[in-house]
Order: sequence, then structure tokens, then C-alpha cells
Amino acid sequence: MTSNESGWQVDYSYLKEVQAGSGVELAGCYQCRKCSNGCPVAFAMDLRPEQLVKLILLGDRERVEGSHTVWICASCQTCLTRCPNDIDIPRLADWLKEQYLAKGGTPPEPRTALFHQVFLKDVGRRGRVFEGGMMRDYYLKSGDLSVPTMIKNAKLGLAMFRKGRLALMPKGVKAKGEVKRLFKELGGKP
Amino acid sequence: MSQVSYYPGCSLHATARDYQESIDGVAALLGLELKEVEDWNCCGATAAHSINHDLSLGLVARNLHLAEKAGLDLVVPCALCFHELKMGEKALTRDGWSKAPQFPFEGRIKIWDLLTFLAQDEWLEKFKAKVVKPLTDLKAVCYYGCQVARPPAVTGHPAPENPLEMEKVAEACGVQVLDWSHKTDCCGASHSIPRPDLLHKLVGDLYDRALETGARAVIVSCQMCQANLDMYQTEISQARGREYSLPIIYFTELMGAAAGLKETRTWMGRHFVDPRPVVGVAS
Repeated sequence: MTSNESGWQVDYSYLKEVQAGSGVELAGCYQCRKCSNGCPVAFAMDLRPEQLVKLILLGDRERVEGSHTVWICASCQTCLTRCPNDIDIPRLADWLKEQYLAKGGTPPEPRTALFHQVFLKDVGRRGRVFEGGMMRDYYLKSGDLSVPTMIKNAKLGLAMFRKGRLALMPKGVKAKGEVKRLFKELGGKP
Repeated sequence: MSQVSYYPGCSLHATARDYQESIDGVAALLGLELKEVEDWNCCGATAAHSINHDLSLGLVARNLHLAEKAGLDLVVPCALCFHELKMGEKALTRDGWSKAPQFPFEGRIKIWDLLTFLAQDEWLEKFKAKVVKPLTDLKAVCYYGCQVARPPAVTGHPAPENPLEMEKVAEACGVQVLDWSHKTDCCGASHSIPRPDLLHKLVGDLYDRALETGARAVIVSCQMCQANLDMYQTEISQARGREYSLPIIYFTELMGAAAGLKETRTWMGRHFVDPRPVVGVAS
């Protein structure tokens, strides 16, 4: 912990921790904002990408971890493609999400987190995703069972069925054991 | 008959059946045999890389291992699967990731996204010879979305800000392709379920920009983009107070229409906004 004349506390250990964990080099950021200018979802973020990076440099763990930004990131890779210093913000966002869930607690965007968890759990069952079952699990667990949502989903489901685009039975891989081993060994229970 | 390995991904077996059928139709037309990777598994998609990095790479490693065993170059129609497989390729062959040693991959096969593969001169010339009904009345924009070209260090794409493969194919179909600024902007597909409000803004802006250029349809190569842009038009119209009815067409469906394949009618009949009137296919 270092403090300057204004009394601002800078915790450099957080930057080290994030860089070591995520493998993303952040110290090269010179705040040009190319990332934020091209970000399609910056309008919905509480911290813009370059602000998130700056707060990590300053060691403000609390604001970084409480931010919705990494959950709003659409992984579209525009920021990384344009960054003059090749800072991999999408990878940083993924690492921060993973760390958050590993600690437990309710993430800033609980439905987004739940959607990822339900999807991955479905992959773990049979090696492939069964869209119908995954969606059912998501809505049951999200508690988003309001009448308008139910009507909207029933209409979409029926239309998909009529158009022959709704698989009614899940398909899986034959070597389920191989997939289950991956989940077991690589920590498939986020 | 040329042969390639083929990784369809989960949704081409289900909700994106129209895409799969049109790919099968075009492959047969061109004499391309797509050999499905034996017992492939889900690539893990956005979910896996968002919350479990190693598992994401492990799922991809198994697929790459199986594809390399088959020994043929690998063609992938889904932009998201393509992106994940390329991420895995980089991790396994360049970054030294080795947490799933049971699935070794040496990088001896090339991984293609379907659009880039079919836009090669060789295949485009074969296709041009099959065009019987150029779609000269159709004005459309090409929409690539995020994952096919970005980031170039992973995808190897030479022009991530302005890819042109889809334009080449659409022009070979006779389409009047219009230029626009949003061809690689994100549609937010991964947010469509948990945050539909974000979707309304991102997709609604895409509609507005496409319509401003005079487009009557949007051409796509990704089934996530297709579903996201096609399925929710009624909902987005209500949210934005503007009536949208814009057909979202796979480039392979256009190839089918231009080559006069009668099945095109069935593929396009599976969409929410029916593209057949603007393409000139009987419904």
C-alpha cells in the first residue's frame, strides 16, 4: 500500500494478482479509450473498459469486483482488435467473472451468470447442449416467470416448433465419460 | 469430390436447421463432401469461456483432437464455434496450454469458417458456373457479426474491420450489395435471454442502419446472428415504436436461390420474417 500527498491509497498488489491470474498485461494501458469508443455495450456499463483497467492499476478491488462491466461485456473482441497495446480486455472480463463465481455470492448480473451456469451444466450432462431443456432450466431457476415472459416464450416456442426448428429430444456424444472427465478434472462446477 | 471435416455445432442440429439444410444443399451442388467430426462435443460457447477458462479449452481440445485424427481440414459454419476452436488452437499450439493431455493436438489441420472457405476463388468459380437465376432485384447488406474475424491474432483474418468474403459470395449470386458501417458490429446474441433490453438496442440499431442504406434484407453467415436478428422483430418493434420486418438470410440460402435449388423454398420457410418475396423465391 502506497499513499501520495493527496492521501490516495494505491494497492499495487491487486494489479499483480490480476495480471498473474488472467495472463493479461494491463500496465501498458495509456488510457486512449479506443476500447470504450468502439465498445457496442459501453452504454450499459457502469465503468467503461478503460476505467475498469485504470481502477485495477490503482488497486480498487471493491469497485472492480462490484462493477457490472465484465458481465455486460459481449465478448465481441472489438476492444482487443483495436487496442494499440494488445490488452486482452475480453479475457480479463472472463477471468474476473470466473473469480467472482469461485468466491460465491450473488454476482452483479445474476441472470447472466445463471444463464452461463445452466448452459454449461447442460453441456456436462451429455456433451452437447439441448436448447429446449437448457431454456426450461434457466427460466425455472431465474424466477423470471412473469406472465408476459411466459407468453412471449410460449409464442416463440410454438413458432419454432411449427417451423420445424425445435428439437424435442436431446442428442449427446457417445463418449460421455470423456466429457465427464473433462468437467471433473477442469473444475466443471463453477 | 473434395472432402473436408465438418463441425456443425449444437444449434445446427436444432434451431438452425435451415442453415444446416442450406449448407447440405450447397455442398452437394458444388461437389463438396462434408464429413462430420466423429462424436464431436459442444464447443462450450460463451458460457464456458466466460466462467471456466480451462474447461472451455478442454472441450475444444477434444474436438480438435478428433478432427486431427480424421486428417482433413476442418470447416465450421457457426461463427461462435469457429472462434472457440481457433482460441483452442492458439492455446494448444502456441501458448502451451496442456491441461487435457488425453486430447493432444499438433495443429496439422487448418480450421476454416464456412464463409471464408466457400469464398475462395476455386469454390466461387465452381459456384458461378451453377448460377441460373441471378438475384439482381435484391438490395442487401452483409452482416458478419463479431466472431468470424476478431481478434485477428486468433482468427488469422486479414481484414477484421472490413471483411469482404460475404460480399464476394453475394455478388456472385447477383445481389446488389450495399456498403454500410455496421457489418462487424455485435448483435449481442449472448445477452438475448438474460438481458433482452440490450438486445433491443443493439439489434434495433442494426435494423435502422440497414434500412437507411436502402437494404431490403440482411445477409448473414452466423446462426446466432440470424436467430437474434430474425426471431425478435415483433418484440423489438414494440420496444422501439417502429415497425420492422427485415428478412435475415443465410448466404448459403442465397446461393441455393441463385442456383435454382428448389429446396430453397423450404429453408427460407423456416424463418420468422419470410425472405422469399424479396429474394424472388415462390413461397
